[in-house]
Amino acid sequence: MTGGVWSQLVGQEHAVEVLVAAATAGKALVEGRTSDASGMTHAWLFTGPPGSGRSTAASAFAAALQCVDGGPIPGCGECHGCRTTLSGTHADVRVVVPEGLSISVAEMRALVQTSARRPTGGRWQVVIIADADRLTEGAANALLKAVEEPPERTVFLLCAPSDHPDDVSVTIRSRCRPMALRTPAAPAIAEVLVLRDGIEPEMARWAASVCGGHIGRARRLARDEAARDRRAAVLRIPLGVRRFSDVFAAADELVKAAERDASEVSKTRDDAEKEALRTALGAGGTGKGTAAATRGAKGAERELERRQKSRATRTQRDALDLALVDLAGFYRDVLITASGSEAALNHPDHARQSTTAATAWTPESTLTRLEAVLACREALELNVKPRIAVEAMITALYRG
Amino acid sequence: MTTPAVTPPPLQLVIGEEELLIERAVRTALDTARLADPTADLVRVGVADLTPGELAELVSPSLFAEGRVVAIEGAQDAGQEIADAILGYSKAAADGVTLVVLHNGGGRTKAGKGLPAALRKAGAVVTECDKITKMSDREAFVRNEIRRAGGKTDSGAVTALIDSVGSDLRELAAAAAQLVADTDGQVNEEAVRRYHRGRADVTGFAVAEKAITGDVTGALETLRWAMQLGVPHVLVADALADAVRTVARVAGMGRANPNSLAAELGMPPWKVRKAIGQSRGWQPAGLAAAMQVVAQVNADVKGAAAHPDYALEHAVLKLAAAHDLH
Repeated sequence: MTGGVWSQLVGQEHAVEVLVAAATAGKALVEGRTSDASGMTHAWLFTGPPGSGRSTAASAFAAALQCVDGGPIPGCGECHGCRTTLSGTHADVRVVVPEGLSISVAEMRALVQTSARRPTGGRWQVVIIADADRLTEGAANALLKAVEEPPERTVFLLCAPSDHPDDVSVTIRSRCRPMALRTPAAPAIAEVLVLRDGIEPEMARWAASVCGGHIGRARRLARDEAARDRRAAVLRIPLGVRRFSDVFAAADELVKAAERDASEVSKTRDDAEKEALRTALGAGGTGKGTAAATRGAKGAERELERRQKSRATRTQRDALDLALVDLAGFYRDVLITASGSEAALNHPDHARQSTTAATAWTPESTLTRLEAVLACREALELNVKPRIAVEAMITALYRG
Repeated sequence: MTTPAVTPPPLQLVIGEEELLIERAVRTALDTARLADPTADLVRVGVADLTPGELAELVSPSLFAEGRVVAIEGAQDAGQEIADAILGYSKAAADGVTLVVLHNGGGRTKAGKGLPAALRKAGAVVTECDKITKMSDREAFVRNEIRRAGGKTDSGAVTALIDSVGSDLRELAAAAAQLVADTDGQVNEEAVRRYHRGRADVTGFAVAEKAITGDVTGALETLRWAMQLGVPHVLVADALADAVRTVARVAGMGRANPNSLAAELGMPPWKVRKAIGQSRGWQPAGLAAAMQVVAQVNADVKGAAAHPDYALEHAVLKLAAAHDLH
């Protein structure tokens, strides 16, 4: 495997090969050794299932483009260019990570402006959009022109779960070079957890086997006991809801846990952010002219509050979504067990439960339940109140 | 000039948020003061613009000793300084001056919050003007209004009046007085219907209450009224969902004492009692179907359906179908 920044990419040999080739061509271009620009592409779309390392791949590629080391393979991971890119401080790398529910058109217009500048470091101006699936339609359209014909030294790196039109508009997709990442295999994840994060091999193997190919989730499960407890609680639902009244207790637990996540984020960040904004706008100052300085600050504060609220909603939804994905995985396991297939289970540590369920339920009822979980995910997307959606789902799980 | 035997209470506390009642309390204070001294006048001042100095000036007896009613509004926002000044004055009230402190019962500062208790202790006459939220209180209010205006009424007329005028006390009082004047004092349901048509207040809860008991016609009629009045679709959908889940939760617990159920479910006892009544006729299969219906309509009114009006009507019909499911 290639070293340096590329070692961050787990189980993506093909992608690394393509990206290294492009980065090498880019390097030759920057250093004036060739004027043939065909080896390097100006817009990339990284797709892959959650946790496969889309944004990691994008930032590794960005680092390779900014790498100033003379080695044969760009992306040494040691030089000034690589390090500042990976830590997010490189002057020519702009990363858009939406914290709220969507990326607005205003944000994209500003980004298009800055992307038109020449790179200050003389190499590449890199723009990374971490969740391109959260671009609103208007925002995507604002980006179109820049992605189609970026200035000579500007590179757009977009990340999205898939290139399905639901995720990325076709107009954006057709202007990008696709870079599909695959779900990393469990052994590869376990290896990375052991080598990079120093986690016990046994725990690493377990976490890799239950994470569904999501590296970040595997790391979280291996490290955080609360996350393990949460997962165990979610996986108790399918067999634990025996009476109608259990439905509400189970739903309550799920929703409360998600709300707790959101309020924790708000608690740690909201007030500090508000205080920082107020100070920046001149609050708390004394002397002549300070009253005038804070005039109009209310609007900016409200805007911040709006963004914080959007972030809280997203945190809550993400937490619920994680639980729902675990649940869906369980019902998939039940179906697999019932059909006698040898495919790997999503939750091998709950094989006993899925076997019990496979004998107790008909495949039809399992499928109905699986569909209820997926319908709940969609309902949450549609802004249905989490409690109502989750209760409806668990009722369906209970009835089958 | 003879002095009447009444002396207005020198210190009054009007506590609550119901504007009409507050207004009346102040008016009564002024009227009482005028019985003692016809030249008495009313001074209104917000606590935010008041300094202790100004307060002292307001409540000092004037040279010609004419009466005065001083109403201090928004006392819940009082700072420590002004609260101390009010309390200081309350201990040594001046003759011929009536101080009326208007307080909403809340207050963010310690001084503002503690003011009512301190004033009560100082012997203030307290008038409670709490917001009227209960239906029975509102009915009593209307009945009282009609009686005050010199009319007679029955319960059908009162309900009809509230249905068609709404819950705003000012409007209710005005309508009651007008009806008494128009009907020579005999306010019955027929008279109310002659002068008032339609419904003023329809909430999502009213729709949900009818829908959950299987009253399709009533639910659809109420729903149409609600849409006509501009009740947001989302509120109706939420009320439907709340009604279904309350019934489902209560029904799932089996037969038990409502009070212990209320504690267990974290709901007020009246809600549990009502839900027990509503849960009659519901079967688990029907409730499960109803839960799906309300979850679906929740998405529908937030943009998933082509037309939210239709989505709500459809949901009401589907709830009725679920009610009959066995």
